[in-house]
Amino acid sequence: MTPSEQEVLDRLELRRRKPAKFRDSRVTMAHGAGGKASLSLVEGLIAPALGIAELDDAARVDGLALTTDSFVVKPIRFPGGSIGELAVNGTVNDLAVSGARALALTLSLVLEEGLPAEDLRAEVEAVAAAAEAAGVAVVGGDTKVVERGRCDSMYVCTTGIGRVDGRARLSPSSLQPGDRVLVSGSIGDHGVAIMLARGEFELGAPVESDTRSLWPAVDALLDAAGDSLRCLRDATRGGVATVLNELARSSGLAMVVREARVPVQAAVAGACEILGIDPMYVANEGKLVAVVAPAAAERALDALRAVPGCEEAAEIGEVIAEPPGMVLAETAFGGRRVVDTLVGDPLPRIC
Amino acid sequence: MKFVDEFRDPDLGRIVATQIVATVEPGRHYKVMEVCGGHTHTIYKYGVDDLLPPNVELVHGPGCPVCVIPMGRVDDAIAIARRPGVVFTCFGDMLRVPGGTETLLDAKAQGADVRMVYSPLDALRIARENADREVVFLAIGFETTAPSTALTLVRAKRERLANFSVMCNHVMILPPLRALLESPDLRLDGFIGPGHVCTVIGARPFEFVAADYGKPVVISGFEPLDVLQSVHMVLRQVAEGRCEVENQYTRVVPPEGNPAALRVMQEVFALRPHFEWRGLGFISHSALKLSEGYADFDAERRYEVPGVRVADPKACQCGEVLKGVIKPWECKVFGTACTPERPIGTCMVSSEGACAAYYNYGRFSRGEKRLAAAE
Repeated sequence: MTPSEQEVLDRLELRRRKPAKFRDSRVTMAHGAGGKASLSLVEGLIAPALGIAELDDAARVDGLALTTDSFVVKPIRFPGGSIGELAVNGTVNDLAVSGARALALTLSLVLEEGLPAEDLRAEVEAVAAAAEAAGVAVVGGDTKVVERGRCDSMYVCTTGIGRVDGRARLSPSSLQPGDRVLVSGSIGDHGVAIMLARGEFELGAPVESDTRSLWPAVDALLDAAGDSLRCLRDATRGGVATVLNELARSSGLAMVVREARVPVQAAVAGACEILGIDPMYVANEGKLVAVVAPAAAERALDALRAVPGCEEAAEIGEVIAEPPGMVLAETAFGGRRVVDTLVGDPLPRIC
Repeated sequence: MKFVDEFRDPDLGRIVATQIVATVEPGRHYKVMEVCGGHTHTIYKYGVDDLLPPNVELVHGPGCPVCVIPMGRVDDAIAIARRPGVVFTCFGDMLRVPGGTETLLDAKAQGADVRMVYSPLDALRIARENADREVVFLAIGFETTAPSTALTLVRAKRERLANFSVMCNHVMILPPLRALLESPDLRLDGFIGPGHVCTVIGARPFEFVAADYGKPVVISGFEPLDVLQSVHMVLRQVAEGRCEVENQYTRVVPPEGNPAALRVMQEVFALRPHFEWRGLGFISHSALKLSEGYADFDAERRYEVPGVRVADPKACQCGEVLKGVIKPWECKVFGTACTPERPIGTCMVSSEGACAAYYNYGRFSRGEKRLAAAE
């Protein structure tokens, strides 16, 4: 007798809940895209080899938060930002969504032989300006140069430490059915800005990267919601959809997103429509996802909307109990569907 | 988005859903096949199923261009891509389609210069900008994309671009549809016709489906409201005892199709005597190759390829999925050995493939869905 659809689905979910294995014979671009392939690399190879039990945006060491991030974005300058600005904000934001205010950063540069000095100078200045805006000091670093063609202009790596804020009680394990899911503004701006800046598509649209420090948003949320603020994530590679999947997986609960409530700029929606990409999977560099207890949701949303750059913050869904580990969407058309993690990303080297 | 949002309006959706309920006989089960993978994608992405009564079932058809490419052809593509000096260009979906042992993405990771393009004209641009390299475009798709390949070749010939060639895998929708209609194991009440194919070939070529096989056809657009309305139009034909080709997609599909596109296809392509379809086997006069006038641009003539037929893996049931005989979840390897991360079958690769659409979008309890629809 053939098994029923439900039996097949149940068996499948059981399999999916197992930790990802790294079984590929070579690294492909998919491993860098923040989707399932990246997960297999981190969960299946690196974390077990190093004995890292808990994967988070930043690690906790003696009351401090510590994180590191590399930036390989192509092109290095794009509307709304550049690799230097991204490198500061990316690390500051990984700390911020861990409830920590950045104290200091180090900066490593890998430079390609032949890089124009003015490009390098512009990026060092961009690092300085972004650090000042974020209120963080760059206290050290390293430089390396490789032969022409061995790297694309420049790669940047930043490492940051921060002090965990006393108000923060953030953990995906504190999620409860009924909790509300907020985003801090319109989604997909960064990914689409990069895509258009590459000039591979004959599309022109006034879209700028949203790169910015998220600490002011986190600070406002902690103030407004306190320990009703369950968890924060910055929705970078893989976008909001990937972040929600991570939260569903680590909490063992489910999420439902009301698609019609997700803020997307018209130009971003248009570009995504033409290219067949879902903005829910497009990278952001200055947007966070917050999960808040229902009683504090409205307060948190008001506080968020008062922060510059977060005026379009919205409640996009809620935490539900079933089906465990999954993200569902109520489509704008009135149907429902799964919002799964992507295997790879159609847009590599976005940050 | 103007001219798009109107066709995703939930209030209009509910109105059509009510009309569908009023059209069907409560005790009868209806099966309607959407021929085109684009429709399959729309149905799952927007949850169109949720607006249908439980006795109306949508069956997925063979019209996914990536899904029908057999493994042997992927091996031929990889063999060309691996040649020194070649820049191999293709649409993103094709990168992850498994050949006999590997994918184009694997070949890329091992050093082959494989590049994703959004249009054959992008491949032509790469050829112009890299005169010292040989640029090959892997052409796939039904009559929808064939004209753009044809136009690209006309331009390449005019510019005398000697470093450009095309590996042609264009196929036609009518031969597999006819094969499907001849098959005794399928019970269908009607078809949702492929709107974008019909922008090129028109609606008339589908008349044999109604005339010879007694099945209604409604040519449909690709927004959720289009699909829902087309389902209603098929069911209304059934209820009224009519059987004809109707055009729901009148804003795009003229009855005679696109004569200019058909002319350029006529010039650039010639019919292959037979072509292997993944899971469906060889189908006569079902695919296109480059005509004699464009032989110089034919990658299959320019490069030696293995040309070996690779049998589908035993466990893979892509053929039955493409014919609508089984649902994706009924395949023995669905979601276990065959996943979007590690696909065995092509239906799990393309976003238009029934298995990928069901896996990525549709994989949750139907019972709940029905409740939501009833509310």
